Amino acid sequence: MAHAYTPGLKVTPRTIIRKERRLPLKGNILVKKGEKVDSSTVVARTELPGNVESINVVNKLSITPAEINEVMLKKEGEAVEKGEMIAQSMGFFGFFKTPVYSTCSGTIESVSSVTGQVILRHKPIPVELRAYIDGVVEEVLPEEGVILGNESAFIQGIFGIGGETEGELVVATKEIKEVLDETKITAEMKDKIIIAGGFVTTSALNKAIKVGAKGIIAGCVDADDLKNFLGYDIGVAITGHEEKGITLVLTEGFGKISMAKKTWELLIANEGKKASINGATQIRAGVMRPEIIITINIPDNMNEVNEQEYSKSSGMDVGSNIRIIRDPNFGEIVKVKSLPVELTVVESETKVRVVEVELKDGKTMLVPRANVETIEE
Amino acid sequence: MGRNIEKDKITRIVATDCGSTTTKAILIEKIDGQYRLSTRGEAPTTVEAPVEDVTRGVINAVTELEELRKLKILEKDNFIKDKKENEGIDLYISTSSAGGGLQMMVAGVVKSMTAESAARAALGAGAIVMDTIANNDGRRTFERIERIRNLRPDMILLSGGIDGGTVKHVVELAEIIGAADPRPRLGSSYKLPVIYAGNKDAVGEIEAILKDKTALDVTDNLRPVMERENLMPARLKIQAQFLEHVMAQAPGYKKLMDMTDVDIMPTPGAVGKIMETIADIHDIEVVGVDIGGATTDVFSVFKSEEAENEKGTIFNRTVSANLGMSYSISNVVSEAGLENVLRWIPFDMNEGELRNKVKNKMIRPTTIPQLLEELMFEQAVAREALRLSFDQHKSLAVGLKGVQKQRTVSDVFSQEDQVSTLVNLMNLDMIIGSGGVLSHAPRRNQSAMMMIDAFLPEGITQLTVDSIFMMPQLGVLSEVHPEAATQVFENDCLIYMGTCVAPVGNTKKGKPCMNIEVKYSDGKTETADVAFGDMKVFPLGVGEKAEIKVNPEKGFDIGKGPGASLTKEVMGGVVGIIVDCRGRRPFVIPEKESERIACLKKWYTEMNLYPGFEN
Repeated sequence: MAHAYTPGLKVTPRTIIRKERRLPLKGNILVKKGEKVDSSTVVARTELPGNVESINVVNKLSITPAEINEVMLKKEGEAVEKGEMIAQSMGFFGFFKTPVYSTCSGTIESVSSVTGQVILRHKPIPVELRAYIDGVVEEVLPEEGVILGNESAFIQGIFGIGGETEGELVVATKEIKEVLDETKITAEMKDKIIIAGGFVTTSALNKAIKVGAKGIIAGCVDADDLKNFLGYDIGVAITGHEEKGITLVLTEGFGKISMAKKTWELLIANEGKKASINGATQIRAGVMRPEIIITINIPDNMNEVNEQEYSKSSGMDVGSNIRIIRDPNFGEIVKVKSLPVELTVVESETKVRVVEVELKDGKTMLVPRANVETIEE
Repeated sequence: MGRNIEKDKITRIVATDCGSTTTKAILIEKIDGQYRLSTRGEAPTTVEAPVEDVTRGVINAVTELEELRKLKILEKDNFIKDKKENEGIDLYISTSSAGGGLQMMVAGVVKSMTAESAARAALGAGAIVMDTIANNDGRRTFERIERIRNLRPDMILLSGGIDGGTVKHVVELAEIIGAADPRPRLGSSYKLPVIYAGNKDAVGEIEAILKDKTALDVTDNLRPVMERENLMPARLKIQAQFLEHVMAQAPGYKKLMDMTDVDIMPTPGAVGKIMETIADIHDIEVVGVDIGGATTDVFSVFKSEEAENEKGTIFNRTVSANLGMSYSISNVVSEAGLENVLRWIPFDMNEGELRNKVKNKMIRPTTIPQLLEELMFEQAVAREALRLSFDQHKSLAVGLKGVQKQRTVSDVFSQEDQVSTLVNLMNLDMIIGSGGVLSHAPRRNQSAMMMIDAFLPEGITQLTVDSIFMMPQLGVLSEVHPEAATQVFENDCLIYMGTCVAPVGNTKKGKPCMNIEVKYSDGKTETADVAFGDMKVFPLGVGEKAEIKVNPEKGFDIGKGPGASLTKEVMGGVVGIIVDCRGRRPFVIPEKESERIACLKKWYTEMNLYPGFEN
């Protein structure tokens, strides 16, 4: 464990991206291997079984469940339309028959002679799977999906809300530390992804939705502001399903922490380019962080791209830059001065493995290794 | 279960626990006739990409054991079973909670009866219960169907109806499950396991509805008559299905199953097993807690007239799925309320900043408190997480509902609820704490105080913590070699912190509460009058015993009734005898800021919790 460190989030100007796009159920693949696609291209399609509704026919007709098959006009598997008669009581000498009508269009799923329930299934729900990134179809997973590839600038966020979206990048703040408030959101930002280095306010988020922006990439947000914006508090970091009409990607976290300089510079260098972003975050088994993908090149064949060129992952060595991810000095980029092997007692009396770092002002301090992350290339 | 194992010949055992993030390995060896923990190692769990093979993490953790113990255990990534002096082992066992553990949905006809019994069976087997569907849960059919579809559990346990009773309602539940056509969480190539443990007369109908759509497995009714639960067959089926279907889908598990000498157990199931074993061996009532990053499990073994087993005990386990110290820390603060967390902090903290800190811990869950102030805050959150989890446990660990009881006139005047919790704190003998925040607190005094503040033990209660969280491994070991498991548990796993002495009652702060006389084994005696609102610690080391005589004031009960004295032999520990006269039923922290801070400072100083915090 001598080399223990927390891998940092990726911030890289050029890397190979491979995106697996998989249907929730088996279906049809609409593209071929080697085909170049746009983020909006539908690459696969399937149908999810429709929702179901139940009608207790025996209760409606005041009969016993064992008699249900005598009154049913439709059999299991048969198609029905909304309002169509599906059952009718025998009546009295052929008169006074009571009908039961279908409450939806679909099929009869089951008829139970134990409970007297008839379950109706709605028509299937079509599901279309979009490419999400501009790329080339590297592999087709028969009936299941595709793997798309490209070369992109790639940034992992720390936390986000909202799902996949795409748009042109536009920078809204001049300085890295500048607060993104509603005055900086303009009508021209419709369909764009807004970049801000510092802190984003609730009013800016609401204004961005109003002007029709697709997303916001910012350094941080205040926990209370996010709660007000969502209307509820996030207890567990499993996000991506929010339907606020905008995707938010934070690169640093909560509070007032500016975006890391490298991330900021990479984003502003790509202003005007199209980006695919996803706020979905899951910080548990199967960690998923929000992402920003800015396509740079779509090769004809992914095999042509030299992968070695990109697989640089810097560990934590003396002289390397790392980031402190907890107080004190939260957010600071510091230089590794030494990596003591022995366990050290820190102020809280916790005995931990530490790293000795050099702060901006030249002073040194010991930080638990669990509280720093490497800066990934 | 397992291969032929000759217990007497076993002298070296490797046990692993594959957690969501870390795989922990321990080496147990028989030294001078005693099984002891020899060394331990750990490595990141490798269920996910890029490795996607759980055995890699196991091999890495075991390699650490080899290096530390200088013993060859593996040969070409396989355990050497042909044991010699300096290589090989006799037994390899494992537990697992990787990939989020076992997530289940349960269904029963009546929410407070069969559905509740089903939930207890699932929890007892080591599952997280994602939702409970019942015919009277107030939801409409389509809502239940949508819920089943959206949750995608690993398994469903369906129960309902007593044997010979009506079949209609449980069949209705089966129809709902069938209509939902549920898909398992992991992988789409296999059918979702559904265990049926309801009215035996409905088996035919249940099979007709679910056999083709799901991997249906029928077992004995978990509530064959209203007055009796029969949870064990369902628990065993759940664990068998967990291995056969759920684990088999996780990367590398088939290989791991071949490596182990006995079946892999879900981690919480194994922890429950060791708790039951300990309660059984010592004939004591136990509450155990495992507070993790995402969830908190509470276990209890209490004596009850309703118990069916020979010992007359009832085991209960609950899991609070979103109460934990890292991934779920934000949820703890949100459920408990920041004000309840801050009531444990003896100085001002900026609330806005704290909310941001909590969220930052949630998104960077592996960070640790470097500053004392941050440690104090995290331990305050832990108190609330433990309190909330214990409240949930108390509400689920109850007697059977729906049972007709003969009531006498005196019952009419009794204040007791019709169905009261089985958790009786006054009878409780031992609390066992485990999980990072308790096992790795910089000072054991802090762990003891967190447990006292959260559980509010009454009377005389022993406090212990799991030193390095090896209870899961010992749980599965207790299935095959109880002797080895118990010896390691008592010698190496449990750290005795001491005994809490807490009279039940209330009066005004500063008024007399009790007198205590401590007779040490060397003949020395100490006495003290402890006022209401105060705490007092008497040193009594690990392994030492002392006789205490407690004389409570009128209105205070130490276990013998209000005002009655009690003499008892108590065990020492790293903290000692902790006298807690802060009141019970209720325990109240002063609301006035200055009074609250003064009280906290006094208690924390007496307990020697956070030296230096005053500055």
